[in-house]
Amino acid sequence: MDVAPGIPVDPVISVRNLHKWFAGVHALRGVSLDFARNRAVGLVGDNGAGKSTLISILAGLYSPDEGEVYVEGRPVRMRGPRDAMELGIETIYQYDSLVPSMSIARNLFIGREPVRASLFGVGILDERRMRSETVAALSAVDLHLRSPDAVVAELSGGQRQGVAIARAMHFKSKVLILDEPTNHLSVKETNKVIDFVRSLGGQGVTSIFVSHNMHHVFACCDRVVAMAHGRVVLDRNIGETSIEEVYDVL
Amino acid sequence: MNRWVKTSLGVDDRNQPRIRGGALVKRLMKSFAQKPELAAVLLLSLLVLVFQIRSQGVFLSGANLRGILGLLPETALVAVGVTLLMICGEFDLSVGSVFALMPMAMAVLMGHGWPFLPAAAAGLGLCAAIGFLNGWLTIRFAIPSFITTLGTMFMARSLTVVISGGFPPRLDFEAIPEHLFVAFVGPGGVLRASFLWFVAIATSIGFLLAKTNFGNWVRATGGFLPAARATGIPTDLVKIACFVICSVLAGFAGMIQVLRVGSPLPSMGEGLELAAVAAAVIGGTALTGGIGSILGGVIGATLIRVIDNGLVLSRVDSNWFKFAIGALTVLAVVGNAWLRRRARAIKVDE
Repeated sequence: MDVAPGIPVDPVISVRNLHKWFAGVHALRGVSLDFARNRAVGLVGDNGAGKSTLISILAGLYSPDEGEVYVEGRPVRMRGPRDAMELGIETIYQYDSLVPSMSIARNLFIGREPVRASLFGVGILDERRMRSETVAALSAVDLHLRSPDAVVAELSGGQRQGVAIARAMHFKSKVLILDEPTNHLSVKETNKVIDFVRSLGGQGVTSIFVSHNMHHVFACCDRVVAMAHGRVVLDRNIGETSIEEVYDVL
Repeated sequence: MNRWVKTSLGVDDRNQPRIRGGALVKRLMKSFAQKPELAAVLLLSLLVLVFQIRSQGVFLSGANLRGILGLLPETALVAVGVTLLMICGEFDLSVGSVFALMPMAMAVLMGHGWPFLPAAAAGLGLCAAIGFLNGWLTIRFAIPSFITTLGTMFMARSLTVVISGGFPPRLDFEAIPEHLFVAFVGPGGVLRASFLWFVAIATSIGFLLAKTNFGNWVRATGGFLPAARATGIPTDLVKIACFVICSVLAGFAGMIQVLRVGSPLPSMGEGLELAAVAAAVIGGTALTGGIGSILGGVIGATLIRVIDNGLVLSRVDSNWFKFAIGALTVLAVVGNAWLRRRARAIKVDE
């Protein structure tokens, strides 16, 4: 078992011996990890280390060529992002979370629109409910914007990240994967994201925080996992390691 | 209140100064200026006014409106499909050829003794198949739809000539339900039945795009594909559906023209693909996808018809028609970009 000592073994997600190839590149070479409930794990590593591949598998975007994924102890085979969401895994991508040309309310519900009557899966949007739930979801993460009808392109980077987070929280995620959420944010906005990640455990949310920035990881995570060349090269509780040690193995 | 209220995300703009009185007006101005079809509406009103004056009142007369509205459905239906597809982030250059192929196929089948309805259904089925092929090739082989549909444009055009056997078949007027498609209806016979079809179809597609979850997926797919994919919506299916709708509408429009004219010509609909793109773009549809409206495409198509007709009525050499369409396209896009920038610059607090 690759569980770091001191972490209670009640994994929300476990992966065993994951392998993934891309056109001849062996991107994941036998990764096994357990993500303990309500803990924040920082996932670090260089470009091409396999972090993105790993979280893309957890988000349902790719399926592994070999190995298993367990969610709350049950083996799962996800065939798309929708499957991951239904299992309570929400992902916030660096750039790719929102459609800039659409309103906040429309964005919040893409693919999960509340509809009134529907036929073959196509239904009439319940726009009133979308608006009111959007306002509630935004204020739940203490984000106060002009209107749920504002177009996302008009928001700042921090506000966009806030909307993406509000969406993930609104759909009651159990596991929140944040892919480089602090890139291109101001210092103030970055601190807010870090505070937010720190607060997730108390809200019953497990988080996986992918970052290049070791200081951000050490500021908000309980545990750090470092990857290089498709393998896990270090897995420690934050209190038992240092930024220098992590840099050394990378 | 739940617990994550403690954590604050993003910029809290509650503390910014509020402008009370002007706020509502500003917000209305902003949402108005953000409408993608605004520039086209303004241009249309202006041109109608100019043509009405230049033609000494003939332009808006019943007889002339009858002419404009009688032909409008044929190009406007194509524009509706192309607009939907462009909002979804794809192109279809084959609509002009499909416009010719559908009625040709129908006429040939009727020549073999098929009744109208099965022949028309087979023709539309053929269009759906071409639309599916356009979408499937584009997605399966990850090629730009510009190229895919350039290919099917030539193929469908060629097929049209081949199946016609070189002789455009004549439609048997006994066999077609003219009253359903091209007869003049309504008070004073100002509208053709085809116009009612057009209104019903355009309204349905407009509703589909604006008010349903499918419309939300179309906009997301065209607006930013990675985000649409990450939210798990079936982007490939959405695109294929739009390709199919676009092709079927083009074929249906071609059928209406042939029912009006009486005989399918292998050359009909040539250049229509670009006119439809022009209509969509004039109506505020962005070439990059995600932005636009069906109403905009309809207004764009109307503008093209109005210019065609208005130039003749104003006794301008009709060779200027294409020049006017070209200038209008550029003007509308520049105008739209300008309006959008202005809209963004309008600060609305709260």
